[in-house]
Amino acid sequence: MAVSQNKLVQWIDHRLPVFTFLDHELNQYPTPKNLNYWWNFGSLAGVMLTIMIVTGVFLAMQYTPSVDDAFQSVERIMREVNYGWLMRYLHMNGASFFFIVTYIHIFRGLYYGSYKAPRELLWMLGVVILLLMMMTAFMGYVLPWGQMSFWGATVITNLFSAFPGIGNDIVTWLWGGFAVGNPTLNRFYALHYLLPFVIFAVVGLHLMALHQHGSNNPLGIDRKGPQDSVPFHPYYTYKDMFGLSAFLIVFAIVVFYFPNLLGNPENYIPANPMQTPPEIVPEWYLLPYYAILRAIPNKLLGVCAMFASIFVLFIVPWLDTSKVRSAYFRPIYKWVFWLLVIDAFALGAVGAHRPEGIWIVIGRVGTIYYFLHFLVLMPLIGWFERPLPLPPSIAEAVLKKRGGGALAGAAATRTKP
Amino acid sequence: MRPRRVLPALLAGAVIAAAVLAQPARPATAQAAGEEAPPLPDVSWSFEGPFGTFDRAALQRGFQIYTEICSACHSMNLVTYDDLAGPSGLGYTEAEVKAIAAQKQIADIDKNGQPIQRPARPSDHFVAPFPNESAARTANNGAVPPDLSDMIKARDGGARYVYGILTGFRDAPKGVEMRSGMNYNLYFPGHQIAMPQPLQDNSVQYADGTKATLDQEAHDVVTFLTWAADPTTEERKRTGAKVILFLLAMTGVLYGAKRRVWSDIEH
Repeated sequence: MAVSQNKLVQWIDHRLPVFTFLDHELNQYPTPKNLNYWWNFGSLAGVMLTIMIVTGVFLAMQYTPSVDDAFQSVERIMREVNYGWLMRYLHMNGASFFFIVTYIHIFRGLYYGSYKAPRELLWMLGVVILLLMMMTAFMGYVLPWGQMSFWGATVITNLFSAFPGIGNDIVTWLWGGFAVGNPTLNRFYALHYLLPFVIFAVVGLHLMALHQHGSNNPLGIDRKGPQDSVPFHPYYTYKDMFGLSAFLIVFAIVVFYFPNLLGNPENYIPANPMQTPPEIVPEWYLLPYYAILRAIPNKLLGVCAMFASIFVLFIVPWLDTSKVRSAYFRPIYKWVFWLLVIDAFALGAVGAHRPEGIWIVIGRVGTIYYFLHFLVLMPLIGWFERPLPLPPSIAEAVLKKRGGGALAGAAATRTKP
Repeated sequence: MRPRRVLPALLAGAVIAAAVLAQPARPATAQAAGEEAPPLPDVSWSFEGPFGTFDRAALQRGFQIYTEICSACHSMNLVTYDDLAGPSGLGYTEAEVKAIAAQKQIADIDKNGQPIQRPARPSDHFVAPFPNESAARTANNGAVPPDLSDMIKARDGGARYVYGILTGFRDAPKGVEMRSGMNYNLYFPGHQIAMPQPLQDNSVQYADGTKATLDQEAHDVVTFLTWAADPTTEERKRTGAKVILFLLAMTGVLYGAKRRVWSDIEH
């Protein structure tokens, strides 16, 4: 099968079937015809990863990983390097937007049951990507060597001291010394440059797993035949490009007009180990985990709860006992899902405040509810809930929604196998 | 769920939610000291808004304040004299910048390896008032005057906060016990600031004849410091306008293209 009339393309494809591969994964790749705009966020996350790697490589060309020069070198990028301010602000805000689209992507998966068989590994690879993103973002935040860089690094690495017996040795080993210092900064830089490429590789596996069974869809029912799907190209390439362009407008407004909105002013003060800032807070995308950490009065248990809050996502495919994927047909789970969203925002707000007064209470209730959702509600609701009847096929559901009487009849005959 | 309404709402929601989440940590700084600070003064600036630019005359007056008053104690290590030149700077010519730099002496090493003092060149960073932190601390009663290069970006409230500090010196209210060498300031967290009131009416004689009131001086120097914290602000806003206009057009075209591609599919 020739993918092109072009002789050169044929010559290459015969030896290295990249064109056949692209044809298969784009032109032939069947995608449910009923995906809504929530399905745009996977490709948006891919674009953000690319933006982060490209701007990051340019920044690395001018950045100096040394405790004496790091702050100045970042300021030099901002002030003296041509378009350095653009690269830096894109990268700095890009991290936030990468997390925004990824979190939306994850909640979309939770709502529509995209983690259920046969997509368990697809989901678990996604959780691996989230973990890698959090590590990369944390280490990247240390690189400008501002006050929050230094003290954030100190607080987070110190968490490992909670492990009984070997805790302090682990911390010394992580630091490469007896305090956060030059070896710490250097290894964080090395890893911050390495991990994005690891993420890139895991994204490759994520896509491989995705293309094995294709996308889930808002109805959560399997595709039954060609009438249920469209080829990815041109239908979803155009839809994704439109979504990307709209997304970039929001990104550009923040980068060009509010570049420091999501950052902490404290990080424009050079790191000073002798002076603790009045408040040590992580970046917004880590606040919910920080809230869970602080909700538990015992340090070791707090650290365990924080890690558990991510690791519980790995077993979600088995915690959810419902046979129905989409929350659209799950009258109880639908509400519980939105409670989880509210809980995540509440925990984020708790993480941004000092642990005192009402915030302690909200933090504890929020933490308990978070684990209750996954460990108790998910399995129980799956057993007790009576889901709404599922439509026989995507094509029929689509036509019914359109309200086309005659067309629906015609399609119904078409959908008979 | 109606996708057409959901997407814009979602994007707006994501940004607003993130902004709201980022906010709460901020007032905590003032609360940390126990006493509530009054709301920051509401001042209008030439550089506000998506199309705002720096008033060049205000920048030059602000630079005069920095040179004659602030620079006695505060360094601005990240700014070079070169930055002052041209339309993206303060509007000075190259020759003027050369003359400004030459007024300062800077430590260097001559051809024979001997330490010397020479006049600063435009490529030099602003000459600092003290050779090192210890000297700065000793000269200022134990408190190091912070570097002002990034001051506007390094404080909650930015320009309004710094303006508030400069105009917020008062006599300590009855019953407030001041620590030795401290001064009462309305807007400083805890109200006790080591810096004595730096600006008064007629602290400087403006070259352009503007009346040097305290408000005017504070407004001018904050304008200068805002420029200094991000000298590429105007270039950034101009670029942003072009990028966003392009993206709006492209989004429109792509929406039309998407509609056209999907027109033969029931979905």
